[in-house]
Amino acid sequence: MSSPSETRPTGTIHDIGYRPYEGVRLGEGAVAWSLFRTGLRHCFGLGRSGRSKVLPMTLLGAILLPAVILVAVLVQAGEALGLTGQLVPYSRYTMITQVVISVFVAAQAPALISRDLRFRTITLYLARPLRRSTYVLVRLASLLVAVFALVTAPLLVLYVGGLLADLPPGRETKLFLGAVVGALLLAALLSGLAALISAVTTRRGLAVAAIIVVLVVSFTAVAAVQGIATEQEMPRLAQVAGLFSPYTLVDGLQVWLFDAVASTPAAPTGRTGVLFALTALVVITASIIGLLARYRRTTAL
Amino acid sequence: MVAVIEAQQVSKRYPRVTALDRLDLTVGDGVTGLVGANGAGKSTLIKILLGLLPLTGGRAEVFGHDVTTEGATIRALVGYMPEHECLPADVSANDFVVHMGEMSGLPHAAARERAADVLRQVGLAEERYRPMGGYSTGMKQRAKLAQALVHHPRLVLLDEPTNGLDPRSRDDMLALVRKIGTEFGIAVLVTSHLLGELERVSDHVVVLDAGRLLRSSATTDYLHTTGTLVVEVLGGRREAELIAAALGGAGVVARIAGHLVEVEARDELIYDTVRDLTVELHLGLVRMQERHHRIEDVFRDEEAGRVQPV
Repeated sequence: MSSPSETRPTGTIHDIGYRPYEGVRLGEGAVAWSLFRTGLRHCFGLGRSGRSKVLPMTLLGAILLPAVILVAVLVQAGEALGLTGQLVPYSRYTMITQVVISVFVAAQAPALISRDLRFRTITLYLARPLRRSTYVLVRLASLLVAVFALVTAPLLVLYVGGLLADLPPGRETKLFLGAVVGALLLAALLSGLAALISAVTTRRGLAVAAIIVVLVVSFTAVAAVQGIATEQEMPRLAQVAGLFSPYTLVDGLQVWLFDAVASTPAAPTGRTGVLFALTALVVITASIIGLLARYRRTTAL
Repeated sequence: MVAVIEAQQVSKRYPRVTALDRLDLTVGDGVTGLVGANGAGKSTLIKILLGLLPLTGGRAEVFGHDVTTEGATIRALVGYMPEHECLPADVSANDFVVHMGEMSGLPHAAARERAADVLRQVGLAEERYRPMGGYSTGMKQRAKLAQALVHHPRLVLLDEPTNGLDPRSRDDMLALVRKIGTEFGIAVLVTSHLLGELERVSDHVVVLDAGRLLRSSATTDYLHTTGTLVVEVLGGRREAELIAAALGGAGVVARIAGHLVEVEARDELIYDTVRDLTVELHLGLVRMQERHHRIEDVFRDEEAGRVQPV
C-alpha cells in the first residue's frame, strides 16, 4: 500500500498575483504601424480562423498560377518559339485576372472594415488613444497594400521570369515599373471604393454583394458600350466610357502615361488622358473624404 | 492628491432627452459602483469620461485631465469594457488581447506577456486560443474585461459587466471586480442596474436617476448597524417569549418579532448577557446577529422608484 505522500505531486504552482506594467508606452506612430500590420495580415486571413485563410490564399494562388505558367513557357520554350518579349504584357495581366482581384476586394474589404462596425469592435479602438482619422486611414492603407500586393505579385513573377529568360533588362524594367504604378492606382481606386461601400453597408454579406456588383457591372457595361461605340465608329464615346470602371480607367491611364499595351478598344489620347487622371484623383479623394465623414458620425457607439 | 474622476455640473442634452442633468461627482480610489435603471445616464457618463461624447454643460476631469481637451491622454490611462458585444468572432482571445494591448501603445513582446497575464487573471485558460465566436457569454465578458486591463490602466470603466451572466458567473465576475480594485490597485467604476451586486463589491456607491445624482456615499454609510441584535433560540414562540422576559428582567429592551427576539444593543456586554441568560433558561441559542441596513432599504426611502432591488 502506498502512502498518500508518495503519490502527491512534487511541483508547486505559485500564484504570483497581479503584476502591474511599468514599461514603455509607444506613441501614435507605433500604434498605427501595429494596426496597419495586423490589418494587412488579416486581409490574407493570417491571425484569423483557419476558414478565413481559404479564400484569400486560393485567390493568391489563382492570380499567380497563370504568371507561373507563362514564365515557365517563356523560360523553357522561349528560344524554340522565338519569343522576344512577355507572352502577356505586364499592363494587360491585371485586366485578364480582374475577376480574381474583384473577388478578393469584395471579400476582404468587408472583412476588414465592416467587421469592426458589425461586431462594434470600433468602440474599443475609439476608447484608446488613437485618433479616429488615423484609425480610418490606417485601415484603408492596410486594404490598399493588400490589394497592391495581390496585383503586383504575378507581375513580379513575370518580371523575374523575363530576366531569367534573358529578355532585355532595361526594357523589361521600364514596362514592369509602369505596370506597378498602374497596380498602385488600381489598388487605391478599388480599396477606396470598397472601403466606402463596406463602411456604409456595415452588413458583411450586403457589402460583398454591393462591391461585386459595382466592380463587375461597371466593367461589363463599359465593355459593352466601348464595343458598340467602336463598331458604330463613335471613338469619343468609347473613350469616355472607359472612365466608368476602375479597370478601364487604370488601363487607359497606363496607355496614356506609359504608352503601355491597351486592353480596351478605345484608350484615351491627349486631353482625354487628363480627364482620366482627374477622374482617378477625384474618386480616390472622394472615397477617403467619404470614409472619414462616415466615421465622424460614429459617436453612437 | 488628484481625484480619479471629478465632475462638476456635467450636463448632456440631446434634442429630445436630457441624458445627464447638472451632475456633480467625485470618485476616488477603490471600487465605485454606479447604480441606475436602464436609461439613467450611466453609459452616457462613461462615454463622456472617455472623451468620446461632447458635453453640453459643465466640466469633467479624469486624473486631472479635462475630458474635452485631453481625451487621448485620458484614454491612455483608462481601460473600458463596454456593455454591448464588441469582440470579433474569427479571432482568438489571445490574439485579440495582444492586439488591443498594442493599440494602447505596448510593444509587441510586452503586449504578449501582459495578455497572457490578464487572461489568466480573468480566468480564461486553454479556450483563449479558440476563436471568440464560439464563446459563452461568461467567457466573452472575461475576454472583454481582459482587453480593458491589458495595458495596466489606472482606472477601468466597466459598463454592466454582469449583464447576461448566470448566478455563478456573476459571482465570479463580481469577485474579479473587487480584486481589480483591491489587489490590482486599479481604480474601478462599475455600473449596474442591480443594487445588491454593487453593495457587495463597492467601497462607494453613486446612484443616478434620470440623469440626476440621487445619492453618493460610502457603502459603509448605507450598511451601518441599526443598533439592533437579532436573537434566535431553539423552539418556537414560547421559548422566544421566555428569553425576552428574562432579558427584560435584566434591564434590556427586547421585542418579540415572530419567533425571533429583537434586542436593543447598547454595548458589547449585551452578547454576554444573552448567552448567560439562554444557558440559565436551558435554551439552545441558534444565532445572535447584528441587523444591518441594506442599500436598497436606504433607497426605498429616497424615491429611487425605478432602481430595481435584487
